Amino acid sequence: MKVPLSWLAEYVDLPANATPDSVMAELVKVGLEEEGSHGFEVSGPLVVGEVLEFTPEPQSNGKTIRWCQVQVAPGDVRGIVCGASNFEVGDKVVVCLPGAVLPGNFEIAARSTYGHISDGMMASGRELGLSDDHDGILRLGVMGLDPEVGTDALELLSLKDSAAEVNVTPDRGYCFSIRGIAREYAHATGVDFKDPIGNAQPELGHGFVVKIDDPSGIRGKLGCDRFVARHVVGVDATRPTPPWMVARLKLAGMRSISLVVDITNYVMLELGQPIHAYDFDKLTGGITVRRAKAGEKLVTLDGQTRKLDAEDLLITDESGPIGLAGIMGGEATEVTNTTVNVLIEAAHFDPVTIARSARRHKLGSEASKRYERGVDTNVAEYAAARVVQLLELHAGGSADSLGADVNQVTPTAPIFLPLEFTTSLVGVDYAQEQITSVLSDIGCVVAQVDGGFEVIAPSWRPDITHKTDLAEEIARISGYQHIPSRLPVAPPGRGLTLRQRQRRQALSALVGSGHTEVLTYPFVSEEENSWFTAGLPSVKLANALQEESSQMRLRILPGLIAAAKRNLSRGLTDIAIFEEGSVFLPAKKITATNPLPSGIERPSVETLAALQSTIPAQPKHLAILLTGDRVKQQTNVSAAAYDYSDAIEAARAVARAIGVELELKSAAPKGFHPGRTAELLLDGKHVGFAGELDPKLASDNDISRRVSVAEIDLEVLYAAATGVRQATPIMVMPAATQDLSLLVEAELPAATLQATIVEGAGELLEQIRLIEDYRGSNIPEGKKSLTFALRFRAEDRTLTQVEATESRDRAVALAHERFGAIIRA
Amino acid sequence: MSGNPINPSVVDPVVEAALAAIAATLDIASLRAARGATVGEQSEISKLNATLKNMPNEFKAEAGAIIGAARGRLNQAFAAREAELAAVEEQAKLVAEAVDVTAAPTKLAIGGRHPLSLLMDQISDVFVGMGWEIAEGPEVESEWFNFDALNFDADHPARAMQDTFFVDPVESHLVLRTHTSPVQVRSLLERELPVYVLCPGRVFRTDELDATHTPVFHQVEGLAIDKGLTMADLRGTLEHFARIMFGPEAQIRLRPSFFPFTEPSAELDVWHPNAKGGARWVEWGGCGMVNPNVLKAAGIDPEVYQGFAFGMGIERTLMFRNGVLDMHDMVESDIRFSQQFGVSL
Repeated sequence: MKVPLSWLAEYVDLPANATPDSVMAELVKVGLEEEGSHGFEVSGPLVVGEVLEFTPEPQSNGKTIRWCQVQVAPGDVRGIVCGASNFEVGDKVVVCLPGAVLPGNFEIAARSTYGHISDGMMASGRELGLSDDHDGILRLGVMGLDPEVGTDALELLSLKDSAAEVNVTPDRGYCFSIRGIAREYAHATGVDFKDPIGNAQPELGHGFVVKIDDPSGIRGKLGCDRFVARHVVGVDATRPTPPWMVARLKLAGMRSISLVVDITNYVMLELGQPIHAYDFDKLTGGITVRRAKAGEKLVTLDGQTRKLDAEDLLITDESGPIGLAGIMGGEATEVTNTTVNVLIEAAHFDPVTIARSARRHKLGSEASKRYERGVDTNVAEYAAARVVQLLELHAGGSADSLGADVNQVTPTAPIFLPLEFTTSLVGVDYAQEQITSVLSDIGCVVAQVDGGFEVIAPSWRPDITHKTDLAEEIARISGYQHIPSRLPVAPPGRGLTLRQRQRRQALSALVGSGHTEVLTYPFVSEEENSWFTAGLPSVKLANALQEESSQMRLRILPGLIAAAKRNLSRGLTDIAIFEEGSVFLPAKKITATNPLPSGIERPSVETLAALQSTIPAQPKHLAILLTGDRVKQQTNVSAAAYDYSDAIEAARAVARAIGVELELKSAAPKGFHPGRTAELLLDGKHVGFAGELDPKLASDNDISRRVSVAEIDLEVLYAAATGVRQATPIMVMPAATQDLSLLVEAELPAATLQATIVEGAGELLEQIRLIEDYRGSNIPEGKKSLTFALRFRAEDRTLTQVEATESRDRAVALAHERFGAIIRA
Repeated sequence: MSGNPINPSVVDPVVEAALAAIAATLDIASLRAARGATVGEQSEISKLNATLKNMPNEFKAEAGAIIGAARGRLNQAFAAREAELAAVEEQAKLVAEAVDVTAAPTKLAIGGRHPLSLLMDQISDVFVGMGWEIAEGPEVESEWFNFDALNFDADHPARAMQDTFFVDPVESHLVLRTHTSPVQVRSLLERELPVYVLCPGRVFRTDELDATHTPVFHQVEGLAIDKGLTMADLRGTLEHFARIMFGPEAQIRLRPSFFPFTEPSAELDVWHPNAKGGARWVEWGGCGMVNPNVLKAAGIDPEVYQGFAFGMGIERTLMFRNGVLDMHDMVESDIRFSQQFGVSL
């Protein structure tokens, strides 16, 4: 809400030196946050001048300029070049003299142009920041003004005014008015508030038929519970809007349109009551407020034809719909330049009805914004009277007795506020007098009753319905700075959960081994989602920011590939990155579900379970991407590139950090190099894949070097890991070591052979490590020689080489039996 | 006893000459050569020793003792010289092995946590230290948890305050959570009272990425529900938190505001004593007393239990706490950004 200070000052006393900033500094204390200050950015000298004579001078560029003699003060006539041609000799105009500054820091100086020295400038509405009008210069006579030559134009046009803009939270509909802001300013500063609606009961018209026909309403609420109409005759709709009103509207963020519309907007800004003006002579019979019927249409003021919904609340006359209630009027009954008789509508509509229609028609307006947040149920007649007053004053109209006041407003129910409640919630010991005084200040009717207060909220505060709302008001108006500080003691906690600790351990393990954590957006394209999976349903966004990122990721890797690409494009060459986060795996295509349960009570176990079942699975994954050099070329060190094994090792490091050990199996999943990829398993359960990225995928993403990747499902690891690990005693008897070379088929996976050796050797084998995979001379075609380093140890004695050899031979025998392995001498 | 051919005047010069030879050695090899020459079979002392067997018996014992003592001295000298020379050689070897340590190569890449994830962990630790627990929830969330249970009426404009990503079809009633508050609801539904939980996590709003906005960001939210909690407990908790994050001089300020899920509600400013460009107030987050309707949605009697909630953006906190100037740095995955922090903020 933008608040022109001159306007605010009509209802509260502002200090003489008040600025938008000083006003905002007060308003923020009561919950209206600063948004910024606004002004016209015009500074003098700006004076009223009179055009004494001018000479049209055609130019070579086809334009005709006017060389004008303009009197700007008695005895002071200036020569001014003007490009506009909408004025006459004798017109009073606004002259910006040298030294004036216009919006955009445009400094006026005497300058040489079109063969003359132009000693100032005659200004248009747009040049002054007053309107969008740039068809010609401002003619003060047309604006209804006839000031003396030399008059300060800044004062004349209210260009010295400025506005404070504050953010109004959705519960404070009444603060979308100068009246509401003035009231809050009074709360913040303690100054008196002069209510713009005054004390006198305004006149009401009668005899104009208004019916409200809304038997079922929405959510049990009548769509319209107040409708005030007044009839004003003899309006001259062509008259100019007074400059002070134009300036205030402009500062408040609204454009001047025409006198009648400006007046309705002005009153809406002043009192918060949206007003609609109909051309009375275009109405057919009385008005009925009702819901739309199937197939009905309405052409709204903006020229759009609206197909209406059965929930839309309409203003209708005997011709049919003439307005979408509380949102926008219809074109057919619009006030125009030729309008003479006006019907003013000041109504109260149900917030839910208006919110739904505004959303349905994607048609938010200044009116709907106020109705959605709640308009004072008791201001309509005052607002209508204020419009009448301004039409009489500025448009030459006069009200007659024709009008209507349909009032079906439900009286506000009293709220019981227990004596101690506010203190028990806020922690400040409020005195009874303090409570009654604050509540009265904000407009409540307060009665002391047994054990507390009975409070009736004011008509402009539909948000106050509960004792907590009252407690908040008491805390807010009394000031949050009085709230003391006390550190509560939580019951003894259990610390991080096992899973939370394991996550941290996994991330630390990767960082410790030279990997860098990144966080990418989980939005991907359909294509990216197909890089590593096929046929999986995905979560799609209905309103993605970009079509190419409208799906939620099925895997993290596409994001890491994009991240790698970006890093490489910035000249970085060696990338080892990882990300831990959710992937989104709906079990099936996402479809419509039942309407949601109410939020006012705990749903049943079944309802909650049903709700939970609509939410797609979102397991935590961890993905790793490596490309470039693991070790750089340095003094006495050769470069070593990242390869598939680094990805496998990183995945293993993660598993170990979590407390489990992965098994490897050769695999060729989508998106990976078919010969350099391992499936990672834990007790036979799939954990993920690690290996080299499909080189095609790398080159498609402009990554020139080999890329190694892994993606693992952390949930499987978390599920398998146990919290407390049991110790194995450390055996201290001397060990016996042996190397074993076995000749086997080249295709036999080393891990399979190793597992067989472990099985065959039995419990004396303490450790086994593959140290060589040899193929070449002396090795038959299709075979390979795998050499393992073995360490044997017994728990209770020094192991002899003979015993170690026996154990080894059992391993060889088993390997021979299963795979035809033979010892290579 | 005179007349013994083996006597000090005979042996001493031999020993002296041998000691001189030992002392003159410069390395282990020449020491070994000297050992042969001075105590080997052809050495003077061995020759003297060889005379013993033909010596009259009365001289044998004395002569043997003299030669034994001489050998003892020589062996001692050898051992001492050997140790000396070994030390010298060891030293020489170390000198020869010297390298330019300032040119030590780096074989392990530099790693780093992402500062946002690190900051969430760090904040979690503050609250775990106070006995709170860390709660988590899904990012694709039911609207019921994200809005309805948090007192966002379906038709209230507050529901539109948070620009929401909806899952297709919209009638699935699924959204990308717009805040971590649904985790509060889940905590209240699942946990036993009293509840003191902190909910860090990723949230989403339909803001285009610019220097201060990102559609994907992080929040940390706290929730305490117990008997007798008031806004004073909220203030105390936030003050403690602020001091740990920004230093002992940090202060907090509450300004009235509105959130559907709290009442009274407040905006939270923090006095940041170490802010870049000087100490100042910084907008930090929102907070308030949990709205009774939220408790009712979780089946908790608001006449018995009440409590407070607060939340703040992690990106924003990182920006003003650690001097990050542009949101792009936090979301673009440039490894230099994470690496500059390593594992500590």
